[in-house]
Amino acid sequence: MTIYLDHNATTPVRPEAADAVRDALAHAGNPSSVHGAGRRARKIVEDAREQVAALAGARADDVIFTSGGTEANNLALANATVDAAVFVSDIEHASVLDARPDASRIAVQADGVVDPAAVDAALKDLNDGRALVSVMLANNETGAIQPVAEIAEVAKRHGAAVHCDAVQAAGKMAVDMKALGVDMLSLSAHKIGGPQGIGALVIRPGFKISATHWGGGQERSRRAGTENVPGIAGFGVAAERALAGIEVFQELALLRDRMEAHNLKSAPEARVFARDVARLANTSCITMPGISAKTQVMSFDLEGFAVSAGSACSSGKVESSHVLKAMGADTDQLNSALRISLGWTTTANEIDQFTAAWTALYARLGAGSMAA
Amino acid sequence: MSTAIEKKDALPATIKNRKTPIYLDYQATTPTDPRVTEKMLPYFSEQFGNPHSRNHFFGWEAEDAVEIAREQIAHLIGANAKEIIYTSGATESNNLAIKGVAQFFKDKRDHIITVVTEHKCVLDTCRHLEQEGFEVTYLPVQKNGLIDLELLRKTMTDKTVLVSVMGVNNEIGVIQPLKEIGAMCRENKTFFHTDCAQAVGKIPLDVEDMNIDLMSISGHKIYGPMGIGALYVRRRPRVRLVPMINGGGQERGMRSGTLPTPLCVGLGEACAIAEREMGAENERLRQLRDRMYQGIVGRLPEVYLNGDMDQRIPGNLNISFAFVEGEGLMMGIKDLAVSSGSACTSASLEPSYVLRALGLDVELAHTSLRIGFGRFTTEEDVYHAVDAIVREVERLREMSPLWEMHQEGIDISSIEWAEH
Repeated sequence: MTIYLDHNATTPVRPEAADAVRDALAHAGNPSSVHGAGRRARKIVEDAREQVAALAGARADDVIFTSGGTEANNLALANATVDAAVFVSDIEHASVLDARPDASRIAVQADGVVDPAAVDAALKDLNDGRALVSVMLANNETGAIQPVAEIAEVAKRHGAAVHCDAVQAAGKMAVDMKALGVDMLSLSAHKIGGPQGIGALVIRPGFKISATHWGGGQERSRRAGTENVPGIAGFGVAAERALAGIEVFQELALLRDRMEAHNLKSAPEARVFARDVARLANTSCITMPGISAKTQVMSFDLEGFAVSAGSACSSGKVESSHVLKAMGADTDQLNSALRISLGWTTTANEIDQFTAAWTALYARLGAGSMAA
Repeated sequence: MSTAIEKKDALPATIKNRKTPIYLDYQATTPTDPRVTEKMLPYFSEQFGNPHSRNHFFGWEAEDAVEIAREQIAHLIGANAKEIIYTSGATESNNLAIKGVAQFFKDKRDHIITVVTEHKCVLDTCRHLEQEGFEVTYLPVQKNGLIDLELLRKTMTDKTVLVSVMGVNNEIGVIQPLKEIGAMCRENKTFFHTDCAQAVGKIPLDVEDMNIDLMSISGHKIYGPMGIGALYVRRRPRVRLVPMINGGGQERGMRSGTLPTPLCVGLGEACAIAEREMGAENERLRQLRDRMYQGIVGRLPEVYLNGDMDQRIPGNLNISFAFVEGEGLMMGIKDLAVSSGSACTSASLEPSYVLRALGLDVELAHTSLRIGFGRFTTEEDVYHAVDAIVREVERLREMSPLWEMHQEGIDISSIEWAEH
């Protein structure tokens, strides 16, 4: 049985969420239909909207369901008017970077954190205030938590709107849109134990947004298309479970830290990215000196561990991580960085097994083997 | 969680539990076929990988499943799997096809032709493009709901980049002459997009034979799951488009985002089942439909079928009942889940723009029912529905002074109503 340590790519669906999906699949009904079958579907959608809103500390009315985090990010970025200046951090997900390739970049520090002062500097010359700043709440590769509340405050001072990609953060740490002070926030179900194919863009009360999917008046004309009722049902339940489990989730940091400490003992020259800053409890990005990430991933796969060399979207390609590069990683580090991401299914025993496998692989192939 | 669906559960719960109303709204959404659900469920639990994780078994397994489904979808419409792009549904497919092509070729050609009876998401997209400076022609339809091919030919110019005509109408079920339209478009070097959300799996479709360049497909209209659709994008000659969703580069760069493996699998299976069963199922539905129609017109005078009867999918009837108040009728047949128009607009009291386009007056458009049949509709359902509808129409007419006047031979349209 494979041990799955790639929760930042996608998580196993929680059984309760799968049940909700299955129940919804068993009932036909278009939420826009006025008959009983339609009204029942509508109720499923609206109940889930409450649950998803709670995950982000928002109002149900402000949740716009999308087909996932990528669409949510694209919808948010599309809402910067063409003539507005767009600022994104160097460590954003591809769905933010590619949505507006013309955006100005805000650098990240070597520790993996975007400095609010850098945002301030970037916005300094902004005159008419037509701008959008997009900074993620937690990075998908390093887990580094970004000072979004401070960044939002700076941005507001310059009159800019703020979007926050909270796809990796939600369910792994407390997310309160009001406290963050952002205008738009992206969520994804399949990163929190919900089904793939559903996500949301949550907006600040009163924040006006124009649609990119045109058609029927669904989602208050902010996103056309028949609602994905089973997906939304599963998202709702997953959000509720994730929210209830946030405290327990923090315990994963103990396992993660123990693993990192152990790995660093056998390979003191290994680099753990963003180790010195606030990080998601589940994420570890660590180099195995001298061993390419590709070799590591293949070896671990043969031994029954699913880990990743970077984000899943780009993991098929040879390019190295833009996130680690932005943090100043050298070529050796870029080539040998592995992402291990724990989740709601992870046990202490699994991490012990992985730690042993990591140490053994390094002893076999790495600098450790030469020392012997 | 049990993943196996036992034989006795072979009907969706909506259909099985007869306490619930009879579902006759198959154009709004279809029940997910339990065989489809069964194929999907493992991908919600043990086979949950991200199909883009190329590093481990979970990812490969998911990728395989997504690609098999892609083959199944392609096969149903005579396409190559490489030409199928997954989307979140037909609305997104229609948006992507029309906006994507228009924006890619805007410097060369800037004229789009569509039809007044298209789905709202096609019309809405075209309206937005008009605001961006494109010229859009909205073709009228004939009384039977079909477009006039000669008029289409005359409307096309060397500036026409795209013709978008739906395969089957969502309200009146009529089938547009796709092959003839395709041939005309090819001749004019114009791209042909067709919204086949209501057509796939219901009528034979072949993108080669019909010269279709882009085709929108929906999951939940063909007994597959909601939240998934596809866009067929021709490779030879190649159709290019500007993507709507960027980042990650999935789906040949035309549509980014993690693919929802279970939903892709569900759409594929829905297509495979439709391909196997379409012939026999259409015959069965035709008999049910005819029985329903005969049952109603045999017992009620002054009822009118909207849309052509021959060029029509067997799973749809759209009937206007004169001298009946539409909302009253809907209220009176509460145990039938039918609709008065498309689901998207069903909460509004506006009469259907599709029926208005056929030339119906506002009154008749207001008293119409869309009755959608499908895979789980039984003969018993039809008898029950005919009874319920006939009884209610008769009851409402008995209370109607207009009906009484009509019985007495007074031409109601000649009456000059006093303002009040």
